[in-house]
Amino acid sequence: MQFQLTEDQQMVQKLARDFAEKRLAPSVAERDEKEEFSRELFNEMGEMGLTSICFPEAYGGAEGDVLSYILAVEELSKVDDGIGITLSATVSLCAWPIYAYGTEEQKQKYLVPLVEGEKLGAFGLTEPNAGTDAAAQQTVAVADGDDYILNGSKVFITNGGEAETYVVFAMTDKSRGTRGITAFIVEKDMPGFTFGKKEHKMGIHTSLTNELVFQNVRLPKENMLGKIGEGFKIAMSTLDGGRIGVAAQALGIAQGALDHAIKYSKERVQFGKPIAHNQALAFMMADMATKIDAARLLVYRAAYLKDQGLPYSKEAAMAKLYASDVAMEVTTDAVQIFGGYGYSREYPVERLMRNAKITQIYEGTNQVQRMVISGAILK
Amino acid sequence: MDIVVCVKQVPDTTEVKIDPETNTLIRQGVPSIVNPFDKNAVEAALQLREKYGGKVTILSMGPLQSKEALKECLAMGADEAILLSDRAFGGSDTLATSHALAAGLRKMGKVDIILCGKQAIDGDTAQVGPEIAEHLGIAQVTYVSKITAVDEQVIRVEREHEEGYEVIEAQMPVLLTVVKSINEPRYPTVKGTMKANRKEIPIWTVDDVEVDRDALGLKGSPTQVRRIFTPERRVQGEIMQADTAREAAALLVKRLVDVKII
Repeated sequence: MQFQLTEDQQMVQKLARDFAEKRLAPSVAERDEKEEFSRELFNEMGEMGLTSICFPEAYGGAEGDVLSYILAVEELSKVDDGIGITLSATVSLCAWPIYAYGTEEQKQKYLVPLVEGEKLGAFGLTEPNAGTDAAAQQTVAVADGDDYILNGSKVFITNGGEAETYVVFAMTDKSRGTRGITAFIVEKDMPGFTFGKKEHKMGIHTSLTNELVFQNVRLPKENMLGKIGEGFKIAMSTLDGGRIGVAAQALGIAQGALDHAIKYSKERVQFGKPIAHNQALAFMMADMATKIDAARLLVYRAAYLKDQGLPYSKEAAMAKLYASDVAMEVTTDAVQIFGGYGYSREYPVERLMRNAKITQIYEGTNQVQRMVISGAILK
Repeated sequence: MDIVVCVKQVPDTTEVKIDPETNTLIRQGVPSIVNPFDKNAVEAALQLREKYGGKVTILSMGPLQSKEALKECLAMGADEAILLSDRAFGGSDTLATSHALAAGLRKMGKVDIILCGKQAIDGDTAQVGPEIAEHLGIAQVTYVSKITAVDEQVIRVEREHEEGYEVIEAQMPVLLTVVKSINEPRYPTVKGTMKANRKEIPIWTVDDVEVDRDALGLKGSPTQVRRIFTPERRVQGEIMQADTAREAAALLVKRLVDVKII
């Protein structure tokens, strides 16, 4: 068993780390405060090829592996996890299902620009009344000659409004339940496709979250992704991969918070000595570091399994469940170590603690992860 | 156009620590980076290639771990990289280093432009570039902030000053050392990085180049480092406290008068 990253993986990690430190770090606090998504920064990431890591060269990819991509999400998220989830959403939730289930024409038309970072992608599954109960889809697509007519709405869509390409799920046959759901590729400028309110969130302010509204959107049947009725399967397998991305985001948040806590505790002097010299705080940080490392092993293993083409649904759920819980715990402890300053927006740990919470919720709440895990071990 | 960029791998100075016993740099655990000014030189070379065509080769002298730095330059887009590495080069000061690099450059044959960073951030000497030009007997321009025109014979550049810049024309082949303001070095791309990782980097030993061995290593180094130390911190300035701005200003003026500054 190897616990050493390959040279390729280390180099991608370094690339993402340098970019995060030089390009994201200087403006992250301001973008957070203004709730501003920066398309410019995303475009720079595209030019560098961070969107291309784990795809084949034939589609503009760098032929790297999933773990390299996960390392990039982790590194970005140490500094700005809103950008981390922006990347994860376009790669794992939009490009990946097109890569895995799309026709060659769909791959050339939609996947290549996503891989090359020229276009941004999003994924539309959740609805106001279909959250965890994803099968309760009210968005419908009705056949009309060679086309489908799409009606309904989606909420909490990461990259919504800014993305050019959307993988959207809709009911094509209500009588068949989950087998009546079909996936479609929807373009931003299709007539009848508009955006509702932008969410004002507790955290991840540097990423966009929007409502999608479809009013008689006419989709050519070439835009159906996979086969009719395959949508639920596509959504679930896409989320399996997406969870590794969220887990990497959580891991980055946690590591970022610990790095800040270590630095601060060595500098902050009380009673004539750095507060890190208090065993109460030193042991807290020892626990934080240990939990983060345990989470890291789970996250990397899930990515490794996906790379090897082995089943990873349970392991991805474990990684997401554990890493997000660790992110919440570690960021809370980091705020505690900073004391009053930790509660202030002057210091980054306040933002990291706000951001950590979402990782326990999206792409399946941690209760859903337990359903996935228990389902796998008790079957 | 054949362009060669000479680069140095240096310890990341933001994290440099000095061993108080031996007065030498603690290199263990300190990350190594490409000397930042050298990255500007690489960027300048890539821009020249984009404009005039040709080939960009990176040359470095150092231990085998310097390959990391060369890979980074390849990832930015350089075509080739060569590492001069041999025990015989160990312990070289700037003069001995420049002899080794000049020998490497001679072996490479036709070179039109040699680019260097203005100095390395570890030693800060700014000597190696000019010394190479001297050994090769070619023109040199230091502190270049802009390359304005290049034709087959002549290059025109702007040379940075504290109070402005000089416009200089030089015969090619030429050696330029560049300053930070010349450009913003590009980020390597993921694809470039992976390609760089698979590229062979030839290692040239002392036997591969024509050079006077006595000019290399400790033997060829007139400079010997006796001690490296962090200069003692200056005492902190005096902090005056007052209740109002008016009182503070009065206190300050009085103090300045006392020490005969005003």
